[in-house]
Formats: sequence, C-alpha cells, structure tokens
Amino acid sequence: MTNHWNDIQHSDVIVSIGSNPAENHPISFKYVEMAMDKGAKLVSIDPRYTRTSSKADLYAQLRPGTDIAFMGGLINYLLKNDLIQREYVVNYTNAAFLVNEDFDFNDGIFSGYDAESFRYDKESWAYQVDENGMPKRDDSLEHPQSVYQLMKKHYARYTPEKVCEITGTEIQSYMEVARAFASTHKANKVATIMYAMGTTQHTHGTQNVRSYAMLQLLLGNIGMAGGGINALRGESNVQGSTDYAVLYHILPGYLKVPTYDNVDLATYFDKWTPKTNDSQSANWWSNTPKYMTSLLKAYWGDAATEENDFCFDYLPKRSGNYSYIRLMERLQHGGFEGMIFMGTNPIVGGPDVNAIASGMDNLKWLVAVDLWETESSVFWKRPGVDPKDIDTEVFLLPAASSVEKEGSISNSGRWAQWRYKAVNPPGHAESDAYIVDQWIKRLKELYSKDGVFPEPIVDLAWNYGDGHEPDIDLVARECNGRFTRDVVVKGKAFKKGQQVPSFAYLQADGSTSSGNWLYCNSYTEEGNKMQRRGLEDPTGMGFYHDWAWCWPVNRRVLYNRASVDVNGRPWNPEKPVISWNKLTRKWEGDVPDGGWVPMSEDGTKSPFIMIAEGYGRLFAAGLADGPLPEHYEPMESPVANFMTGQQCNPAVSVPGKIDNSGKYPYVGTTYRVSEHWQAGAMTRNLPWLVELVPDMFVEISEQLAEWKGLKNGDMVTVSSERGQIEARALVTERIKPFRVQGKLVEQVGMPWHFGFNGMATGGTANTLTAAVGCANTTIPEYKAFLCNIEKGGIKS
Amino acid sequence: MGISRRNFLKGSALTAGTVALTGKAAKASVDSPELRIKGLQTSTTVCPYCAVGCGMIVHTKNGKIVNIEGDTEHPINRGSLCSKGSALFQVANNERRLTHVQYRAPGSKRWEKKSWEWAMQRMAQLMKETRDRNFVKQEEIDGKTYTVNRNDGMAMIGAAALDNEECYLLGKFGRAMGVGYIEHQARI
Ligand code: SF4
Repeated sequence: MTNHWNDIQHSDVIVSIGSNPAENHPISFKYVEMAMDKGAKLVSIDPRYTRTSSKADLYAQLRPGTDIAFMGGLINYLLKNDLIQREYVVNYTNAAFLVNEDFDFNDGIFSGYDAESFRYDKESWAYQVDENGMPKRDDSLEHPQSVYQLMKKHYARYTPEKVCEITGTEIQSYMEVARAFASTHKANKVATIMYAMGTTQHTHGTQNVRSYAMLQLLLGNIGMAGGGINALRGESNVQGSTDYAVLYHILPGYLKVPTYDNVDLATYFDKWTPKTNDSQSANWWSNTPKYMTSLLKAYWGDAATEENDFCFDYLPKRSGNYSYIRLMERLQHGGFEGMIFMGTNPIVGGPDVNAIASGMDNLKWLVAVDLWETESSVFWKRPGVDPKDIDTEVFLLPAASSVEKEGSISNSGRWAQWRYKAVNPPGHAESDAYIVDQWIKRLKELYSKDGVFPEPIVDLAWNYGDGHEPDIDLVARECNGRFTRDVVVKGKAFKKGQQVPSFAYLQADGSTSSGNWLYCNSYTEEGNKMQRRGLEDPTGMGFYHDWAWCWPVNRRVLYNRASVDVNGRPWNPEKPVISWNKLTRKWEGDVPDGGWVPMSEDGTKSPFIMIAEGYGRLFAAGLADGPLPEHYEPMESPVANFMTGQQCNPAVSVPGKIDNSGKYPYVGTTYRVSEHWQAGAMTRNLPWLVELVPDMFVEISEQLAEWKGLKNGDMVTVSSERGQIEARALVTERIKPFRVQGKLVEQVGMPWHFGFNGMATGGTANTLTAAVGCANTTIPEYKAFLCNIEKGGIKS
Repeated sequence: MGISRRNFLKGSALTAGTVALTGKAAKASVDSPELRIKGLQTSTTVCPYCAVGCGMIVHTKNGKIVNIEGDTEHPINRGSLCSKGSALFQVANNERRLTHVQYRAPGSKRWEKKSWEWAMQRMAQLMKETRDRNFVKQEEIDGKTYTVNRNDGMAMIGAAALDNEECYLLGKFGRAMGVGYIEHQARI
C-alpha cells in the first residue's frame, strides 16, 4: 500500500476492484465505513456481487480478466472530458515528456515486437532527450509525441460502448462509476483504490495495476491522504517476506539478485544502479552500492572486505527466470533432488496442482516445516497414488505458531509490528528460526571439513547468541544495521558496533552493515521501534508515528511530496499529509518523502523519488508487455478480443494444457472466504471455522443451474483441461452471466482453500487453474480460466 | 521524534487502564472484564492471518493460553477481530498440531517419530550431498564462460508465514547455500 489502513477514512471515493475487503480484510472495512459515514462513496467492481458489493453505493459487474478495458475506458473518459488534475499531471507525472518518434502501436502490438521470443525491444519506447541527456518535454501537453497525447490516442478506442461489450458491465453503472471516480480530479477530492489478487492473478496482472495507478496519477490522487494505490495483502507477513526477498529475483530491500553477467561488484553496480542526468531527480536507487555493500557485510561480516569485492562471488548468480511456475516445471522434469517448504502448501495453492504433485514424486528428499500435516507434506499418500512407488524421504518438522515465538511482521500498510512469545510451542515444536539455525550450524560444521565451494557457508556471519534458538533481538539489530568501524558520516561520529540511525547513513565502503536497508531505522540506538505502542496523533490524521514503525523511515504515506503544490501547500488543506512551514522552513505532518524544499525553490527534488526521472510514470518503458496497458483476453477465454486482433498478451508464451475449443464453456474464477485462509491448513484444522464453512462449493447463477438441472447443494463435477474436482453447487443470484458481444457468458466461482487432508476436506480449486503467468511477474492466471460443470460426482 | 518511555513497549504487560508499557508478562487488570482475566499473564501479538495487522491480547495461565481477544488500544482494530482472528485461540490449543518430528522413509506408507538430533543430522547430510552433486560453478552462455556459483539441486518455497527476522535468516541461509530457486506465496 502507498497509504495504510487508517488512512482509508480520508477518502471521498473508495474503489474496490479485484478485492473484497468486507470478506477478506474485514477489519479494514472499519475505515471504509468511517469514510462512508462522512459522505464517501464506495464503488465495488467485481465479477460477483460480493459482501463488499452489498455495502457499496455503486456496483459494476466486470468479467474476469477485463480490468484494462474497464480502466482504459475511464482514462478515455477523463482525457476526453478534461477531468484531470492538470497542475499535478504536468508537474509530477511524465505526461509532458516526449516519446521517441518510432514508437508505434498497431492492432494490439507495440513497436519492437519479436513474435518468436514473445519479447519486445523497448528502444522505441524511450523518451526523446536533448543535448544534455534530459527528456524533452512540452508542458502544454499538445505535442503529438507527448505521453499525454499518445495516451489520449491510445485510449480513445476505449469508448464506453466498446468497453461494456468486453467487460459485460451495464453501461449505466459504468457511467456512474466513471462520474464518481472522475469527481476526484478536483485538487481537494481524493479516491483510493483497494485491490488484491483479483487484479494481479492474470497474464496481464501488472498492467492491471498500472492502469489503476495511471488513473490515480491523472486524478492527482497519489501521495494524498485517502488516496494512493493500495494492495490488500492476504497474508499477515507477505509484505515483510517480500521486503526480505524470499524470492528468486530480489535480495532484501528489493535489491536485484545478480545475474550471470554481473562478473564483479562494479559490473553489478553499473548494471543495476539507475542513472539520470536530471539534477532535480533524487533517483533514490542511485544508493544501490551503499545498500548492496551493507547487505554483503551483514551476510559475510569480517570476511567481506574491499579487496575481495565484499564476497560478491559468494552470491549465486541467476541465468534465467526461476519463478514459481518455472520452478514447478523444473520439478516436473526431475530438476531437483530436494525441496524445502516453509509453512506453504503448493499442492493446494499452486497452479495446476496435479502437475505439481506428480512433479514431487521425483524428489529424493522433501522437508516441510509446518504447524500441521498439510496436503503437500503427505503428497506420497495422496488419493490415486501408491506410496510404494514414491521414493522420497520426507521430513515434517513441527513449527511454533505466532504466539509461541517473538519477532516482527509487516502489515499491508508497511507497519512492522512486534509479536511476543506467550507460551512455549507444543511438544517438540520449534520456531522456524531454530530450524534454520540448526541447519546452517550443522552445514558449517560439515563444510569446514570438505565440500564444494565451502566458503560462503563457512564464512557466513552467524552470530545470534548461544541460546537454544537464535536471539531474535540480535537478528532484528542486524537487519537494521550497524557501523563496522569508527567512522564519521554526514559530520556525525559513530562508534564501531553502534546501530545505524537510518539508511541515509549507510555506506559503500564496508563501514556499515545492514541486512535490509529498507528496515534501517527500525532498530536504532533508541531501541526497537517495532515494539512501540504510542497512540499520540497530534495532527488528527491517524498517522500514529509512535505506534510500531513503518518503512521507509516511519513514513506513513508514500510519495507524500505529491500531496502539496509546488509551493508546499497541501492540495487539500483539510486533510494535509505534509505542509511546508515557511517560517521554520520545515515540513510538518508525516515524515516527508525526502526533506527537500518545495518544488518552486532551488535545491528541490521531484516527488517520485524511486523513479530515475523523478516523475510518476503514465507511460512506463520498462515493462515486458508495453508502455501503456492494453486489453487482451485471458489465456483461456470464451470470446475473441473485441479490441484488436491480438487475442492474448503477446509477451506471454502460450503454455500447454490450454483449451479454447469450446469444450469448457464457462469462465471459472477463484476467491477466498472470511472463514478460511489461503491453502487452508491454518483454518481447516480449527473446529470453530470448520463449523462455519465445512465444505467446498461452487457458486453458479440461477440460469446455469436451471440449464444444468441443478439445485442448491447438489454435488457437481467441475472440470478443466487440467483436471476435475467435486463440489456442492451453491445456486445464487449473486452470480450473474455476462452479456458479452451479444452472447451470454456464464461464470463459475469457487474458493480455493480446500484439499484432501485436514479436518475439513474438499476439492482443490487449483486442480483446474492453468500454469501460465503474468508477463512481468509470472503470477499465475488463477482468476480467469475455462471450465465445465456437470451434475453428479466424478465418474471414473 | 523522541521516544518517550510511554511509547516504548519493552515487553508486554497490562498495567492499570492501559495495555502494557514495560516489562515482560505481568498481572492483568482492567482492560478486559476483571473476573475473566484475574490472575492471568498477558502479552500482545498481531493476527497471523490477513495483512490488516490487527492487534491482540493473549492471556495465559500456567504456561497455557486461556484466552485471546482483540487489543482495544490497537489503532487499527481497536479491539475488533474477524472470524479468523477470533479463532486464533484454536491454533494455540489444538490436538491436530504437530508435536514431533515426523519422518517418512522412501516407499513407506507411514510416518515415524524421530528426534530432532537425528533429523537434523540427516537433513544436513542430504542438503550437503545435493549441493555438492549439483553445484554449478561455471556456466557457458553465448560462447562465454561465467562464474555463477549456484546450487541447482534444491529449491526453497515459503516464507509469508514467517516473521521478518526469520525470513532474513532463511534468505541468508538459502543464498549461502547457493540456492537460486527461492520463491514463496508472494508470487502466487
Ligand atoms: S482479525 Fe481478521 S482482519 Fe484482522 S488481521 Fe486477522 S484476519 Fe485480518
């Protein structure tokens, strides 16, 4: 989230799309309702009429996978009717920038496309630059190559009529949504977008998010109280686990994982440190060398020296895409001997789970760490297999729950909050930290005797006390970072061993270490700020700066320097995030996004400090699938692309096991319910929750039920090209077919929490989903696939 | 921004009228109805389900959790919890929880209980063998040789249920082991 939960109360228009907060983030809805009590409008855009829809002022039905058409139409509406916040757009976004003359878009394909590799050469998407290397611009926004005009032309095709033919939305509701959203183009009005996996789980998921962000930029809603673009994270610490980079492509704090051609640290810095010729751009990522060196120092301590490139060689270099789907493909081809699952259940949660499960049969060993016996940990006795045929050695390690250990987790609003240990884990269960600690200690011992390239393990700095498990306090201190020698930084003297006060003090010469630069400031000499419980709210804006701590440097609203005009005056003086005090010449309110003077003064910096050019990107040349979001159909779709001749995202290669032949006529989609959570182990084993929702079900429309002769509660078989499952039919008027290009398209919705193991069992929805992912992130397209539904259980 | 004593929770304990400003577990008092929590130890936690991050108070007696409820002082949830958060008590007190290290031998139909010591030795041995057998020191790409120092024999998945500090340790461990295939729920 650019903003945070409490902040939603400041919105004038709340748009929930690809999310269902009333159901899945129930307590967040407190702030939606607070805003509504003050007159805000809630808009729910969803394929199904959800719990959130039932509370909304406006509901618009949207066919799964057509967000870009919907949002593209809204962009068109804003540009056509000049309903943008012009001053914001000109000063803070790249609308005025001129794009290369060679940029082109033709029947669904942007310039630079190579159909064989499914890739774009992005050269023609670049800005035009002047002799000083600065992007050329036209502040009148009239130049035909300006981002503004290119955008206007691109989205002029998205007329309301055309959009609604694609999305299946009733045109009247569509126009009402357009008017409500557009009303926030006034400087003192603001809309927020609450989105979740309904947005991201598509072959064009990143572009879905981009289309939302573009609208928010055009309306001047980023950086504002009650505004922003807000991802509702589904797991308590999935924000933190991402910040801490348990992912193939990043290191802690979103540093890039080195690639094979980063032959040394200098090459790595050269490749990954963004450059700008604009002295007014903060270009925050220019600090990459400081953060990376500090990370290497945290990893390899005294062994990491300037002479040995701070042990850069010790880091594995990637030479491909190792993301979840690719990883599972490699598993299916027998590419792994062993796997470690930490509190995860891939044969319920992954795409095309039958394929993942049979891939696991190839493993020599599997370690699963969990609170419960999960489907994945007993894959060797799943229905339909004989354990005798599976040669995997399996370890199932009992883990401590959240109240049986201590440490921090980061919520969706980036607040890192501390949890305390209340009791010991049951029986022989141990914390995850204990388990990792034991592994590495034993491996250090083994590798000190012999082994291939033992140095990264033997030299690894691992100093977390002599207790039974690592001292988490010491780990938290290391994540923040410390000075590794006596040093003077920014005129201040620091002693070796002292905590680094904030990332502004991190250095590239080895004098600082930091396990995660983004969390530098969370644990300073003042103490562990993640433990704070101060409730002061001096501005009345609900920032709660003394409650816990949030990244970066306790800033509660990101890009908050865009919430003021060029003189530092809040666009909305009644709900200021920050404001410039001319007398003290200081910012007041939230922690400003860089403390520079307002934009009208010398020595200022542009507000979008994480972007090399410093401006919010309406046109983004870095994406795999185009600089402007364009509507494509999901990989499986019952209709042809009504916008262009390009059916699916051209930057995604078509995988096997996709069927568009008509054999599977219905649009399938998955979702969660309040009473269950993710792959289910944490809820399907609790009697209270099992009593509330005991069974797997599929929601279908009354019309489809009639057509198939189904009554509420009947057993049905749902099938796709990937497999089939049984479930109870839930016949409901909440699900309605879509009218798309003159044809009625039925949808089938189902929760994805169930599996064959545990207290409550049921068909796994991900048996049906396809292993195909977003062009940029490879997040699977869970939210739109084709299926069929038949009365009765599985006929074998 | 100074940090006053009031704003710093060093442990977790209830004092009269307010949650918890200093010290480890202490006697409970007025935050909850007096009788229900009399004589109990208390501490604070944050919900392990969704990422709203609701605060909770945990009441324990003789090393057992006897009650978990919403933290009325928490600025996000102000004491409320949803169906899942309200059920956390049953995570802590649940017969289905794993309490032993379980091991399944190749081809076997069942789990066997094992000691941590045995399992740890065995896992470390397997991980080492896998790493040593599958370590890619160098790779040929487009006719050039590059040093990649990668362990392609194993993959690691999961972490969204772990604390930040545990995620850090897990990542540090994985990278030291040379693992490139590190992924978790954020990708799906
Ligand atoms: S109580 Fe409910 S809303 Fe609050 S964090 Fe837990 S799951 Fe989310």
